[in-house]
Amino acid sequence: MTLALEISELQAWYGESHILHDVNLSVAEGEVVTLLGRNGAGRTTTLRAIMGLTGRREGSIKINGQETVALPTHRIAHLGVGYCPEERAIFSSLSAEENLMLPPTLKAGGMSVDEIYDMFPNLAERRHSQGTRLSGGEQQMLAVARILRTGAKLLLLDEISEGLAPVIVQALAKMILMLKKQGYTIVMVEQNFRFAAPLADRFYVMEHGQIVEQFAAPELASKMNVLNELLGV
Amino acid sequence: MEIFGISTSALMGQLLLGLVNGSFYAMLSLGLAVIFGLLNVINFAHGALYMMGAFFAWMGLQYFGINYWVMLLLAPLLVGVFGIIIEKTMLQWLYRLDHLYGLLLTFGITLMLEGIFRSFYGVSGQPYTVPALLAGSTDLGFMNLPNYRAWVVLASIIVCLATWFVIEKTRLGAYLRAGTENPKMVEAFGVNVPLMVTLTYGFGVALAGFAGVLAAPVLQVSPLMGSNLIIVVFAVVVIGGMGSILGSILTGLGLGIIEGFTKVFYPELSSTVVFIIMAIVLLIRPAGLFGREK
Repeated sequence: MTLALEISELQAWYGESHILHDVNLSVAEGEVVTLLGRNGAGRTTTLRAIMGLTGRREGSIKINGQETVALPTHRIAHLGVGYCPEERAIFSSLSAEENLMLPPTLKAGGMSVDEIYDMFPNLAERRHSQGTRLSGGEQQMLAVARILRTGAKLLLLDEISEGLAPVIVQALAKMILMLKKQGYTIVMVEQNFRFAAPLADRFYVMEHGQIVEQFAAPELASKMNVLNELLGV
Repeated sequence: MEIFGISTSALMGQLLLGLVNGSFYAMLSLGLAVIFGLLNVINFAHGALYMMGAFFAWMGLQYFGINYWVMLLLAPLLVGVFGIIIEKTMLQWLYRLDHLYGLLLTFGITLMLEGIFRSFYGVSGQPYTVPALLAGSTDLGFMNLPNYRAWVVLASIIVCLATWFVIEKTRLGAYLRAGTENPKMVEAFGVNVPLMVTLTYGFGVALAGFAGVLAAPVLQVSPLMGSNLIIVVFAVVVIGGMGSILGSILTGLGLGIIEGFTKVFYPELSSTVVFIIMAIVLLIRPAGLFGREK
């Protein structure tokens, strides 16, 4: 099993605040892994730490076997990592299409613009609109679509279903399944357990900046009591 | 022919003078806008770097016999490299702090640069002759157009429009605009933002250096030439809107013209008209004419 992502004893800080305490997790190539946990558990910080967007980091983060803790953010991205943040980070000074075309190509094999517009026809219709004038769902599609264009094969998706209409959430779930079939490795942070449950191969549960539970999809039914306790789902 | 009791040639003369001043305002405020947009630094050293550009042109000719046209390219490059050194050694440590720290640092750099040049060259100013190709004037029938001044206006408009085009219409410009909004996210896409920031500062101050070379034959090359201009340029930036590229260009040229006409119709007001406009704009549109409310 080749590991796309391997995190060992990761600690991360924002200024003086110590947020992550010895996080250990691994994601195999082609696997979909979901980080579950309550707000403030450290899931978003884990994704940001992988990208080098937190303050100080200690421990080890290996992407496709390469150590990245000492690398600057832009070099981490060039290892083939696409990051979709919780706040979507659509740029208001750019049109929807400029937002889509903004990230540079990281690796060969990314989706073409036509493929993206086939997958998200709304984006094609609104390509000339200012990025932040798109609806919440369209902005979310744009935020995911723009990293698919880059050829990144390890996707870090933070709360992509948050605040969206059920029909859009279903479309996003379909997209994740399609990406999984195409061999993408995906780490999702999700509050929406019902969205994440059928998509993920494995789950990690975080609390107070640590991994407190991990299990594979087939164990999900037997872990529901633990999840109820940890997440209140 | 007269308009409001003032001859057309006098009016046109002031219009041209206003356009020349406006050209300097536009180029300097454009550099300030680019720098503020991406670095969040209010670059008070801009005037001193403009002065350095003029001095480099003068020194090139005086000590090495390098002509105006070569220095028009070389001086901005030297000023740009000097700016890069400032950014790499000092400014980059201040990005996470309040704007005030960048302002104070660049104010200190201004005082040092002006002091150094003043101790070597005094304050009386050095003359720089107009290049032979642009000497003399052209008779337009209703006025005599000094060739060099026409060149200043033309060159600055070309440079400003080229800068606007790069920022608004190219991929590099998209990185810059996106970096202005959310630099961390642009870096997470794989763009080397720290390098982009450094080069942007270098480019912004190179624009000031370019304006300095253009100004050398029009004004006396003096250590204080930047200080005399920078306050007005800051007013231009405030009126246009902090960080607005097009706003800086249009406001710079427009205010130069308004200032020029004020010299004709009510000379007593000419040195304050820009600040009166600034006060009115701040009251009505605090983000500036072309700026966006945050």
